Amino acid sequence: MDYLTIDHVTKHFPLLNGSGSSSNGKTFCVLKNVSLRVSKGEFITTIGHSGCGKSTLLNIIAGFDKGSEGGIVLDGKEVDQPGLDRMVVFQSFALMPWLTAFNNIRLAVKAAYPSWDETKVREHTQKYIDLMGLKGAEGKRPTFLSGGMRQRVGLARAFAVEPKVLLLDEPFAQIDALTRGVIQEELIRMWSATQSTVFMVTHDVDEAILLSDRIALMTNSPEAKIAECLDVNIPRPRSRATIIDLPEYTRLRNHVLHFLMTQGSEGKPET
Amino acid sequence: MKSSTQPAWIISLVILGVFLLGWHLVTVQPAFDPAGLSEEQLQGLEFKGDIVRTGDGGYRYNPDKSRGIPGPLVVFKKTIDELSVAFEKKGTNDHGIAHLVRYTVTRFAAGFIAASVVAILVGVLIGLSPLLYRSLNPFIQVLKPISPLAWMPLMLYSVQDPTWTAILVVFMAALWPTIANTAFGVSTIRKDYLQVASLLQLSWWRRLLTVILPAAAPAIVAGLRISFGSALVAVVPAEMLLGELGVGYLTWIEWNNLDISGVMFAILIVGVVGVILDFGFNRLARLVSYAE
Repeated sequence: MDYLTIDHVTKHFPLLNGSGSSSNGKTFCVLKNVSLRVSKGEFITTIGHSGCGKSTLLNIIAGFDKGSEGGIVLDGKEVDQPGLDRMVVFQSFALMPWLTAFNNIRLAVKAAYPSWDETKVREHTQKYIDLMGLKGAEGKRPTFLSGGMRQRVGLARAFAVEPKVLLLDEPFAQIDALTRGVIQEELIRMWSATQSTVFMVTHDVDEAILLSDRIALMTNSPEAKIAECLDVNIPRPRSRATIIDLPEYTRLRNHVLHFLMTQGSEGKPET
Repeated sequence: MKSSTQPAWIISLVILGVFLLGWHLVTVQPAFDPAGLSEEQLQGLEFKGDIVRTGDGGYRYNPDKSRGIPGPLVVFKKTIDELSVAFEKKGTNDHGIAHLVRYTVTRFAAGFIAASVVAILVGVLIGLSPLLYRSLNPFIQVLKPISPLAWMPLMLYSVQDPTWTAILVVFMAALWPTIANTAFGVSTIRKDYLQVASLLQLSWWRRLLTVILPAAAPAIVAGLRISFGSALVAVVPAEMLLGELGVGYLTWIEWNNLDISGVMFAILIVGVVGVILDFGFNRLARLVSYAE
């Protein structure tokens, strides 16, 4: 049964004229008839070149942006505004620099459960601090945390709200490669523990295969669309070290890379 | 600069010493020399009170009549005299310096705080709405460069009260930089902070208090700092022109008394009041600043 449905989403952006201030009436079609059905508990990844429109798609699902045509249905209801049922994990972390790690998460918990008293809010916050391995860092402000620790806070904040769908917008792009692997495994652990549904966009092929149940391949804009969906038939739990020896891994990787290389020449996929 | 191990206060002391010494040397009074003056001329000077007869039949300058610029010793003596009666009220216009400082600080604080509250509210509103910003901007551009003192006659006429006019002058001086900086700070808040606020479905007030104001706080504080200086500059002439008791008016009273050492003392006190207020402001600013 479909839990999250992306139904024929098309997005036109107005083209700006020379002064950049107003539209001259022409539009640029970023997404064209994008449809995707996601089941409950599924981890689905959209992969494509930088600037192909995959982040626009994520913003439309999050409600930050509206599609020109089509719509998003989540758990039987159409959604077109941001809400607590869809938490975003940002590439830029988007943590409030004036709040400690703990208070960043607490802000979200308080917003998600307005009826809870302070003790319950703190307990819940602490639970996700512990789950994401943030013990010892909860009293620090984001400025004093490494990129990896910041994104742990970002993930803890998103999971703590217990949303219906988690939207990950290239969450590991600003984290060094070694830390990235560790946090990816923590994400998978959290995902299976909480039975969340995850929609991620990335341009990292290995990341997509390691984490996803399904990978949606996106063509370049203008008029970007989902070209095909690949099932990742690799049993879980997966680990970075062992899956690279599997023939299925090599097959998927080559397939995705081949697809990305045939898509335009302006960007090369990260390998 | 922080790598320098030389304590800066030693250099400051040296500079102060050189300045005081130079001041003393420039203003030191030579002894009165009657050579070349006829008896008639001397009597004329004595009649005017410039010189007085001494016990041995000679003349010297009248110590009670000030001449030229007073030296540091005179100003120091004046300072001691004034501070010794700091808490006294001898007459309608003759209040001790502690009272005058209190009047000025109160007047300044009333105008500055009122202006800051208004400016932050207006700044947030126009920072959040580009339409409002564009529509109000022409008015702000015209009103901003007007000297706060230029409003004084109109205000005096409208409110009919010099006490409130002085506060309003401080208000006008403190208004514009905070409005401009708050609007800038709010309109340039990182988009992802606002996206988080909308994901969390924060109400308008919670969004304002938990995201917008903290995020714009560094810019707002920078605006308040400029407003603070401009208000401090405005409070002195406002007191002078309106005859409102305070340290600014003190300089004018002493000028009317032709007491130049009193004028210098008053100037010094204006500086000290500025330092005290600035210290308080910096303590406040540290509370709301954060590292990006």
